[in-house]
Amino acid sequence: MLKFIFRRVFLEALPTLLVLITVTFFLIRLAPGGPFSSEANVPPEVMAAIAAKYRLDQPVWQQYLGYLADLARGDFGPSFKYKDFSVNDLVYAAAPVSFRLGIMAFIVAMLIGISAGITAALKQNTWVDYAVMGVSMVGVVLPNFVLAPVLALVFAIWLKWLPAGGWEGGALAYVVLPVAVLCKHYISVIARITRGSMIEVLSSPFIRTARAKGLPMGYILRRHAMKPALLPVISYLGPAFVGIITGSVVVETFFGIPGIGQLFVNGALNRDYPMVLGLTILVGALTIFFNAVVDILYGFIDPRIRIH
Amino acid sequence: MSAPLMDVRDLVVQFNVGRSGLLPWAPARQLKAVNGVSFSLNAGETLGIVGESGCGKSSLARALIGLNPISGGSVKLNGRELAGLAQGDWRSLRAEMQMIFQDPLSSLNPRMTIGEIIGEPLRMLKAGISSSDVKAEVERVMARVGLLPNVINRYPHEFSGGQCQRVGIARALIVKPKLIICDEPVSALDVSIQAQVINLLMDLQSEEGLALIFIAHDLAVVKHIAQRVMVMYLGRVMETAATDTLFNAPAHPYTRALLSAVPIPDPALERSKVIQILEGDLPSPIAPPSGCVFRTRCPQAEAACAAQTVSLRGLAADSHAVACIKAGAPESR
Repeated sequence: MLKFIFRRVFLEALPTLLVLITVTFFLIRLAPGGPFSSEANVPPEVMAAIAAKYRLDQPVWQQYLGYLADLARGDFGPSFKYKDFSVNDLVYAAAPVSFRLGIMAFIVAMLIGISAGITAALKQNTWVDYAVMGVSMVGVVLPNFVLAPVLALVFAIWLKWLPAGGWEGGALAYVVLPVAVLCKHYISVIARITRGSMIEVLSSPFIRTARAKGLPMGYILRRHAMKPALLPVISYLGPAFVGIITGSVVVETFFGIPGIGQLFVNGALNRDYPMVLGLTILVGALTIFFNAVVDILYGFIDPRIRIH
Repeated sequence: MSAPLMDVRDLVVQFNVGRSGLLPWAPARQLKAVNGVSFSLNAGETLGIVGESGCGKSSLARALIGLNPISGGSVKLNGRELAGLAQGDWRSLRAEMQMIFQDPLSSLNPRMTIGEIIGEPLRMLKAGISSSDVKAEVERVMARVGLLPNVINRYPHEFSGGQCQRVGIARALIVKPKLIICDEPVSALDVSIQAQVINLLMDLQSEEGLALIFIAHDLAVVKHIAQRVMVMYLGRVMETAATDTLFNAPAHPYTRALLSAVPIPDPALERSKVIQILEGDLPSPIAPPSGCVFRTRCPQAEAACAAQTVSLRGLAADSHAVACIKAGAPESR
C-alpha cells in the first residue's frame, strides 16, 4: 500500500502537476494584454517600478524559475489585481465557501442520484424507470445558466420563498438554490450510471445464485448487488467531486457567492497571472488527489483489484 | 410405492416476448419454453434431463425452484403445491431444495470469501444461529466436498473451475436439502474435473440420500449418474425411461438421433456406426409445429404426425413412456 502511494505521488502526481504548471504559466502569458494594461495614464517610471516589483521585467524563463522556487516554499505569489493580498490569502478566504457549497451539492447528488438509479433499475421498463431517465436526461441537457435564473425567478421573485443571491456565511436559505443548480447535472449522471450498472449486476449469475440460495431481495440488493453496481459510480465520483467543488463558476457568479469560481473568472479577465496559476494548480492537485482516493477505494470494494 | 419427493404435472413455463407488430394493441406473443411436462421423482433418485440447446431444460429447472414463474400446471414438493407461491414462501422451501449452476466462477459473488458464500444460506435461513456454529457447519461441508479448511478466507477468483463448483455444491449442501437441481453443473469443466465433480455428486447422493435433477447435454455423463432419463425437445418430453432402457432400446426417433451422435471410443465401431443427422434447425418455440413438434425434423414423419397431438404413453417396460405415434412399431434402424 505504501509503495502504491509512493508511486502515485512521486512518479505520477508530481510530474503531472509540473506539466500543468508549465503549460498554464506560458499560456496565460500568451493571452493578449497584461495585468496592468487597463490602468490609465501611468507614468513609464511607475510602470517600470510595478513591473520590477512583480518580476515582469525579467526574461520569461527567469520568471518561470522564480515562480517555481516560490511555489516550492508554498508561496503562490501576490495577486496582481488585489494588490494588498497574496494569492494564498484570497484562496484561503474563498476555498471554504466553494468547498462547503460543493460538499453539500455532492452529498445531495449522491443520495438522490443513487437512490433514483436503483429505483429505476428495480422497476426497469415501467413508467417509474422512464420518468427517472427522462428527468435525468433533461438534467444533463439543461445548462446551469438557464436553470439558475429560472429557479431564482420562480422561488425568489414570484414565490419569495428564498433569497435570489448572496451567501451570508452559508445560511440555509441562501444555500438551497445554488446547491439545487449545482447538483442537478451530477444527480442526472449518477442516476444514469447507477441504473445501468445495477441492471447489469442484477442479471449476473451470482445474483441468480443468491436468489437460488433463498436470500430475500432486499438483502441481495444490499449484500450482493450494491458494491459491484456502485463501482462505476465511484470511479465517476472522484472527478465529479473536483468538478462540483471547483466548477461552480456559473453558479457562484450568478448567485454572487464569494468562492473560488468567482476568483477564477475575475483572475482570468484581469490577467492576474499568479491567481490563475494558483487556482489551476489547486484544481489540478485536487483532481489528482481524488482520483488516487478513488483508486484506493476500489481496492477496498473489489478484492480482485487489490490483489493484482 | 411411497409418495414421490417431487411430483410435476403438466408444467408450463411461458415468457412474453413482445408484441407481434409494432402497434401497442397488436397481440402479445408468448413463448412456451416448457409445455406440459410431467414427471415424478422419488427421494434419493437421480433424474437426468437431456436435450439440445433451447429445448427448455434450464427453464424447467429454474421454474422448479422459483427463479422463473410457473405459468401453468402443478409442482408438488413433499405434497406441497409450489405453483402460485409468493416470493417469501419460496424462501422457506430453500432448506429442502437447492440448485447449482453451469458457470461455476461467475455464479459466485467475486467480492465475498468462500466462507461467507458457503455460510450465507445458513445465516439467512436459520435466524439467530451463532457465527461459531455457522463456521463449524461451513468447515464440515467444505471437508465434505473436498475443500481444504485453510481456503475459507480466499476469494472465488483464486480457485479453479472445479473448485468453484465444489464451493457451489457446498453452499447448496449446507442447508441439508433433500433435492439438488443441477443445471449443467459440469459442462463448463474439463473432462477430468467433470469426473471428479460427478463422482462427488454421486457419493453425496448415496451417503446423504439426496435426490438430484441432473440437466446435461452430455449423454455419457447422464448415463453415468442418472437412474432415469427424460428427453426433451421444444419444451416437451419426447421420451422418459430408466437409463438402461433408454440407452439400449430408445423408442423415439429423436432419442435415437441423439444417441447416434454420441461418439464411441472405439474407432472401428465408430466408423461403422450410422449417424442420423437431423436436418434443419430447431423450430421457433413461439410458433411450434402442429401435431408432433418433432415432425419437421423427424426422419420417419408422415402425414398423421401433423394432424394429431401426441402425448406421452407408456410402453411395455416399467416407467418407459414415449411421445411418438409410431413407437412400439418395429424399429426401422
